[in-house]
Amino acid sequence: MTPPVVEFQRVTKSYFRGEQEIPVLKDFSLSVPPGRFLAIMGPSGSGKTTILNLVAGLDRPTQGTIRAAGLAVSQQGESDLARWRARHIGFVFQFYNLIPVLTASENVELPLLLSTLTRQERVKHVQAALGLVGLKDRIHHYPRQLSGGQEQRVGIARAIVSDPTILLADEPTGNLDRTAAESVMALLSRLHRELNKTILMVTHDPRAAEYAQETLHFDKGTVASS
Amino acid sequence: MKLLLAYSLRNVWVRSSTAGLTIGGLALVSLILLAVLMLGNGLNRALIESGSPDNVLLLRKGATTEIASGIYRDQAHIVRTLADIAHTSGGEPLAIPELVVLISLAKSGAETPANVVVRGTRPDAFRLRPQVRLRQGRTWQPGTTEIVIGTQIATRFLRDGIGTHLRIGKRDWLVVGITESQGTAFESEIWGDVDQLMSAYGRDSYSSLTLRLSSSSAFQSIDDAIAADTRLLLQVKRERDYYREKSMTMATFIRLLGFTFTFIFAVGAVLGGTMTMYGAVASRTREIGMLRALGFRPRQILSALLFESLMLGALAGLLAIGGGMALQFVTLSTMNFSTFSELAFRLTLTPTSALATMGFALGISMVGGIPPAIRAARLSVAAALRAPGR
Repeated sequence: MTPPVVEFQRVTKSYFRGEQEIPVLKDFSLSVPPGRFLAIMGPSGSGKTTILNLVAGLDRPTQGTIRAAGLAVSQQGESDLARWRARHIGFVFQFYNLIPVLTASENVELPLLLSTLTRQERVKHVQAALGLVGLKDRIHHYPRQLSGGQEQRVGIARAIVSDPTILLADEPTGNLDRTAAESVMALLSRLHRELNKTILMVTHDPRAAEYAQETLHFDKGTVASS
Repeated sequence: MKLLLAYSLRNVWVRSSTAGLTIGGLALVSLILLAVLMLGNGLNRALIESGSPDNVLLLRKGATTEIASGIYRDQAHIVRTLADIAHTSGGEPLAIPELVVLISLAKSGAETPANVVVRGTRPDAFRLRPQVRLRQGRTWQPGTTEIVIGTQIATRFLRDGIGTHLRIGKRDWLVVGITESQGTAFESEIWGDVDQLMSAYGRDSYSSLTLRLSSSSAFQSIDDAIAADTRLLLQVKRERDYYREKSMTMATFIRLLGFTFTFIFAVGAVLGGTMTMYGAVASRTREIGMLRALGFRPRQILSALLFESLMLGALAGLLAIGGGMALQFVTLSTMNFSTFSELAFRLTLTPTSALATMGFALGISMVGGIPPAIRAARLSVAAALRAPGR
């Protein structure tokens, strides 16, 4: 049996405001097999984004253990986590988070700067990634010269350019109109099918969730339904 | 790394208005420092470089300036017979007794007069001080009341130049030439025949005697010979040391004042730079969070932001040096505390002062950039990704 690519074991996560404890995840367990496209839905503050942050090691659980892409994420130091993230995690953000002073290709190249690839190899990877998202003709455009949908495609190209094990998408359609949102979701779905990527996607949009193989409904730190 | 540097560069370009203000502030402070250094350089050139390394100045024992010194004719004669003095091609010892007096002269365009040094000397003084050259006209004829004036005197006091008559002592003197001397203090002096000047002032002693050593190493033997002769109650100094001592008080005062102002302004500039960089970090919090999420380490973020800060400093340094180049055309005058006479000098830019200014600009931009860069590197990634803005 193939081991899960993401595994939460009885994870609790709380934030503290002064003395007051604010629980976000309560005794949460999850197992995601490789190549799965999982959507996580739920109201604001239900802990959806926290799950993504915990998978990527951007946040640490209060209790429990998390394994992702073969690493006990919750037990690593910052430096090791940064190295691991560069290799195994691709992020797609709601607001794209492209650097406005860099061109599309330079934005996509960013994660590769942390690899050992040569400049020429990086250029090839960038062109391939932008080709996959259908933006080969926008290589030298700055983010301000792109539409919202195109910006998100550049964001997706940046997320996949280093061929990560897991794609984490936080509200990838949250800032797009219907048409652009459907186009972005179709792209994510295609990447999942063709590249067999494991995708964890947080969304408010039921239409977006329909592209996933499975949807977890989250409420008050626990799974309400799936 | 090239891309990260391009990222920093383009961020400076994008924030050109705030970056421009910061660069302007840093450049002004750096320019103040550079101006102070240039003042010091100008003074050094005017005073210290007035002295030649192989020249020796003789003053009466106890006298600290030429004005306060006195050397009798027979003493001067004895000195001229000593060994180890260089000779002219005509066989004359290159040892010239001189009289230095002050006259009050009206400055062109100013109501208050200023003191000017008049040096009674001999035509061989041009050999003794090769940096002094005739720029216009001719030198004075020995035994006449003709004089030559330095370029600073010509531009600041006697604008009519050659042909001007001047009352010095109890005689009328005629300007027959204008000298230049590579920015040294001699450009602020009037030179004429020493015997005529002594006669005009009713003096029977010289102020000083300057001689050229036959070799640089002969200083000690001249010093020993003069010390051993009880008729010569004279002190011996290398000309350069004499002028260095004279410039010390003034240069120290100007530097102290300048550095104090520079320090105060530098604190302001550091705060300005810090605020700019804090602003840069605040407006890019999410961007920094994204870079950290991608796997960039705090050290790399810190380096990129520090580089950005250093770039502001480098541009400011270049601007300041550009300003310094323009300041080279400024001539200032001050009181020479050793002679109480007017001393004109040019602000002088040297490679060392330019490098020091660039180092200073980089230093204060670095100091200003460190706290915001550390803040950026320490940001919680999850919190940074939730931050508003870009």
